[in-house]
Amino acid sequence: MSESQPGLKLPVLKTYKLFVGGAFPRSESGRVYEVTDAKGQWLANAPLASRKDARDAVVAARKAFPRWSGATAYNRGQVLYRIAEMVQGRREQFRAEVALGEGLSKSKAATAVDAAIDRLVWYAGWSDKVAQIAGGANPVAGPFFNLSTPEPTGVVAVLAPQDSSLLGLVSVLAPVLTTGSVAVVVASERAPLPALSFAEALATSDVPGGVVNVLSGRTAELGRPLAAHQDVNAIDLTGADAELATELEVLAAENLKRVRRPDPSEDFAADPGTGRLLGFLETKTVWHPTGV
Amino acid sequence: MTTFTYAPAPESRAIVDIAPSHGLFIDGEFRPAADEAVFKTVSPASEEVLSEVAQAGAEDVDAAVRAARKAFPGWSGLPGAERAKYLFRIARLIQERSRELAVLESLDNGKPIRESRDVDLPLVAAHFFYYAGWADKLPYAGFGPGPRPLGVAGQVIPWNFPLLMLAWKVAPALATGNTVVLKPAETTPLTALLFARICQQAGLPRGVVNILTGDGSSGAALVAHPGVDKVAFTGSTEVGKAIARTVAGSDKRLTLELGGKAANIVFEDAALDQAVEGIVQGIFFNQGHVCCAGSRLLVQESVADEVLAALKARMSTLRVGDPLDKNTDVGAINSAEQLARIRELADAGAAEGAERWSPECELPSQGYWFAPTVFTGVTQAHRIAREEIFGPVLSVLTFRTPQEAVEKANNTPYGLSAGIWTEKGSRILWMANRLRAGVIWSNTFNKFDPTSPFGGYQESGYGREGGRHGLGAYLDV
Repeated sequence: MSESQPGLKLPVLKTYKLFVGGAFPRSESGRVYEVTDAKGQWLANAPLASRKDARDAVVAARKAFPRWSGATAYNRGQVLYRIAEMVQGRREQFRAEVALGEGLSKSKAATAVDAAIDRLVWYAGWSDKVAQIAGGANPVAGPFFNLSTPEPTGVVAVLAPQDSSLLGLVSVLAPVLTTGSVAVVVASERAPLPALSFAEALATSDVPGGVVNVLSGRTAELGRPLAAHQDVNAIDLTGADAELATELEVLAAENLKRVRRPDPSEDFAADPGTGRLLGFLETKTVWHPTGV
Repeated sequence: MTTFTYAPAPESRAIVDIAPSHGLFIDGEFRPAADEAVFKTVSPASEEVLSEVAQAGAEDVDAAVRAARKAFPGWSGLPGAERAKYLFRIARLIQERSRELAVLESLDNGKPIRESRDVDLPLVAAHFFYYAGWADKLPYAGFGPGPRPLGVAGQVIPWNFPLLMLAWKVAPALATGNTVVLKPAETTPLTALLFARICQQAGLPRGVVNILTGDGSSGAALVAHPGVDKVAFTGSTEVGKAIARTVAGSDKRLTLELGGKAANIVFEDAALDQAVEGIVQGIFFNQGHVCCAGSRLLVQESVADEVLAALKARMSTLRVGDPLDKNTDVGAINSAEQLARIRELADAGAAEGAERWSPECELPSQGYWFAPTVFTGVTQAHRIAREEIFGPVLSVLTFRTPQEAVEKANNTPYGLSAGIWTEKGSRILWMANRLRAGVIWSNTFNKFDPTSPFGGYQESGYGREGGRHGLGAYLDV
């Protein structure tokens, strides 16, 4: 990421890796691709994940689902807040990666990183409140006690936005985690480095292994096996262009995955509302007779 | 045990005047299909032709969608309180004509009049009343201060609860300001057409509700029509998947209520007599033509023999026959096609080694009938434990521990409903947390209410109908 200069010590470059099941493997395919800055200068080699990596990530996510969905909402909120703490501690690193990857000025990149931290804190506070706005007691016309509660849908494949490499990533990932689902994330294809470094923040944030899995590579190549996967419950197509999104939505019909279509006008700097929060929930209604 | 004999107690069909032919209801008027195509609807209990109805083609679908589009600005622009008044009117008219509607529903569908009269019609009216009250309160529904309707809703409903499914779809769509093109099932179009007359009586503006009768091709044309903003479908998982593919890449919103293979789980400490009633209610209600039917009985091994003996004794008292007889428990299978499908799956159960049992019962010689049937010795690999039968056929499996019950119950791509029978409250909550299903009935089964969200996980579809949640499907949120 930086060139050696005479008289200075040679910097240690980082080998960027995937994040699967709480570990940092290389792609099983042994492939990498060159990541460049906005001007085309080489920054690093990122893993070019394969279909097999995607399937491994789904297995890891499924394994992690019972623990994460079974954690108390209070606990999930604490972990979300812990992620914000870790990102805050690496603020300068993320600022540099976002500036280079997205071609932003230092101050604009700093704004995006700070917004990402705020977004994590916002969602941290939602974890133990969402059931109260999305569920409730139903006044049935009969002698029954009847409650509706939201539950996480399960394994969510997330195609992260292409142009907002950290704020966008956090904006699509945090609501999935807040509500108890687990994620397989495909990072921005052009600017994957903030996502891969974000995985390092996750790994030190008490997020159990497998709850978030981060893949870098070709969005189309990874999107297809994820959209067609029988053990994926939902797919967020935010990072897919219109043509790919249509193809993936058709594949997702195979097991009736919940689909979030891309919205090119989505502004990640704006108030996110509850749409993403509620989008990866199922509603369960439980009935019981009343009487003595 | 003394069994009382019952004298026939038929409900009169004189209250219903069925016209020999029916048109499509488009833009407030009945008209024949553009190509004048028709098909016949029969009484499944007698195979008598009840009426001839129009078969909607692409041109009719287009006309109906255009009528709904034209009506949309006016309807959505009405103050919510005025839309509410129309819905309250419809609810009242349904109550006034409920006996007529119940008889017609039983004639066209084959379901017992006891169920259409006591379950379907009260719920139909209740849905319109419930959503009428939302029409002027939408800013308080939790979707932001100014939720907007989507536009034209294309709705395709099944034959098992023709009027109830209409109410589930039409009431929230209208309350939120959408206009509607609804296609009832091919075999049960008559009550939807009578509902169209109720819309006329209520003075509903032209084009707000349009009813297209026809077969699957009419439904497919409606779903694919570019003028439709929202698609709502209740029916088979297979058709649901095809619809999901059709709307992929479009701006159309989609909700799907699809099939199920519900586990009804009986623990050894359950009140067994009540549980047996619940098992019967779970699988033989509406001839088992229920997406959330309790078609897989999971009974704890220690009480399996006792439960089965009691179940068989109870099944022997079920009265199968004339749907219009007020004492009938189990009516006719809706169509010859459905009967063939049930027979095929039941035969597969026997061929795969499960033990088949039905009480002695004399089935009418005319019409489509299937005796209440229970299979024991069923394993999870059997087709009858995996595939939705949509008929009065129960598969019985056993379990030893609560964990095993959860694993067996969840071992299906469906996730619509489940039942739990135990006297232990903490076990109910433990089980309810772990079952992947949208509706859990504890110590009861097959209960419905307009205030309660209904819908499935996984391949049982997406979205919820009923309650505040049901509004979200028809609002731009």
